[in-house]
Amino acid sequence: MVEATARPAGIVGWLDHFGSLIVRGLDDLGRFFYIMSSSVMWTFRRPFDGTELMRQMVRVGWDSIPVVFLTCLFTGMVLALQTYRGFERFHAEGFVGSVVALSLTRELAPVLTGLMVAGRVGSAMAAELGTMRVTEQIDALYAMATEPVHYLVVPRVNASVLMLPILTLVGDAVGIIGGWLISVGLFGANSYLYMERTFQFLEVNDITSGLVKAAFFGLILSVTGCAKGFYTSGGAEGVGRATTSAVVTACLYILLSDFFLTKILF
Amino acid sequence: MFSPHISPTGSPVEPMISIIGLYKSFGDNDVLNGIDLEIGRGESLMLVGGSGAGKSVFIKHLIGLLQPDEGHVVVDGIDLTVAAPEAVLELRKRFGMTFQEGALFDSMTVGDNIAFPIRRHTSKSAKEVTARVRECLEMVRLPDIEDKMPSELSGGMRRRVGFARAIALEPGILLFDEPTTGLDPINTAAIGNVINQLRTELGVTAVTITHDMGLATKIADRVAMLRRGRILLVDTPERFLESENWFVQAFINGEVPEEDHL
Repeated sequence: MVEATARPAGIVGWLDHFGSLIVRGLDDLGRFFYIMSSSVMWTFRRPFDGTELMRQMVRVGWDSIPVVFLTCLFTGMVLALQTYRGFERFHAEGFVGSVVALSLTRELAPVLTGLMVAGRVGSAMAAELGTMRVTEQIDALYAMATEPVHYLVVPRVNASVLMLPILTLVGDAVGIIGGWLISVGLFGANSYLYMERTFQFLEVNDITSGLVKAAFFGLILSVTGCAKGFYTSGGAEGVGRATTSAVVTACLYILLSDFFLTKILF
Repeated sequence: MFSPHISPTGSPVEPMISIIGLYKSFGDNDVLNGIDLEIGRGESLMLVGGSGAGKSVFIKHLIGLLQPDEGHVVVDGIDLTVAAPEAVLELRKRFGMTFQEGALFDSMTVGDNIAFPIRRHTSKSAKEVTARVRECLEMVRLPDIEDKMPSELSGGMRRRVGFARAIALEPGILLFDEPTTGLDPINTAAIGNVINQLRTELGVTAVTITHDMGLATKIADRVAMLRRGRILLVDTPERFLESENWFVQAFINGEVPEEDHL
C-alpha cells in the first residue's frame, strides 16, 4: 500500500495548501476558457445541429420557467414588503414601484435567474457530460469522428446564452407583478399610481443591460457545467464531485462577474 | 494457417499502421515503455496481455484518443501525433471502434446509436439509414431491438450493439477493446464470424484486444503479447502458441507465474 504523503507542518504546510488551491483554481480557469473558446470556434462549423439546440433550449428555457417564476415573484413581493415599510418612515411609499422595478431589471432578476438556472441546469450538464466521460461515451464520440465540444457543448452553451435573457425578461415581469400584488393587495396602494411610478423612472437601458448580464451568466453557467463534466474523472464519485463543483463555481463566477459587468454596463 | 497479409518471416506485407517508440505514463505510472509495431493492411492483429498491461491505452493511441509522451503513430502516412486536429478527425471516419462496456449513448435508442455515425457523416435517406441499422443488428444477431434503450439491454447485448455501431460506416480499420468478454461461446463465435466476414468482403484491418486465445486462433493473422508496457512477442497464432517464452505459456495455460519472474 502506498502511504499518503504527509503535509509539512506550520507555515510551509499552509503555503503548500494555499499553493495547491491556487494551482487548482488556475487549472479550473484554464479549462473554462478552453471550453469557452472551443465552443465559440465550433459554433460556426458544420454540421449545425438545430434539433439538439432546440432540445437544449427547451431544457434550459421552458423547463426553468416555474423555478424562475417563483423566485422572481417572491423576490418582488419581499422587495415591496421591505421597501414599503422602510419608505413609509419618510412618506415615500409612492416610490416602491420604481425601486422594485429598477432593482429587479438591473440586478435581481438576471442574478437570481443565473443562480437558479446554474443550480438546475448547470449541475445537470456537469452530471450528464461527467457520466458520458466516465462511461467512455465521449471517447466514443471522438472515435466516430465527432468533436464532443461541437456535439455536446455548443448546443448547451448557445441554448443558455439565448434562453437566459428570455427567462430574465419573464423574471422582470413576474417580479414587478409580485411587488404590485403586495403594494396594492396588502398595503392598499393605488394601482394606477403604482404602475405609473414603476415605469416612470425605468429606462430601456435598465432592461437591456440586465438582459446582457443574463446572457453572460448563461455563458458562464453552461461553460462551467460543461467544463466540469468534460474533465470528470474517478467514476460515480467523480461525477458527484463535478456536479457540486459546477454549481458552486458557476455561482461564484456569476457573482464575481456581476460586479464587473455592473461597473461596465451602468 | 496461411495469411496473405503476413510474410513468412512474420512481418506485415504492406504496413498500414506504424507505431514507433511509443511511451505513455500517467503520473508516476509508466504504462507504455517504448512500443514498436507495424500492422499490415488487411491484417487482423490480436493484442493480448494481463490486466493493467496497457492494452486499452495502446489501442486508444491508434485512433488519437490519447497523445503519447514520446513516439509516433502513423496511419496511412499520417502521423497522428503531429497532424492537425482536422486531419485526425477526417482520418477517424475510416475507423470503427468498440469499447469495453459498449459506450452506447444512454439517451438514445439502440437504433439511434447505430444510426449516429451514418447520419453524422453521410447524406443517406432515412430509409437507407434504417435499412443499414437493421443490417448491422442482424450481423451481431440482435434483430428487432432498434427501439430499445441501452439500459434495457444486458452487458453482452450492449457490447454487441457497440460492435454494430462500429461497423455502421463500413470502416477500413476496426479497433476492438475486448469485444467478446462476457459473451457466451455462440455469440463469441458470431462476433468472430463478423470480423472474418468484414475482412473478406471489405479488406478491413482489425486490431483486437482480447483474453480469448480461442478467438485469437480463429481470426488473427498475428498475436502480440504486451507486458510491462512493451511488446514481449508478436507472431502468427500457431507460432505464438508454440512459443517457449515462459510468460506466454503461463498466459496461454492460465498458470500463475512464479514470484521472481513477475
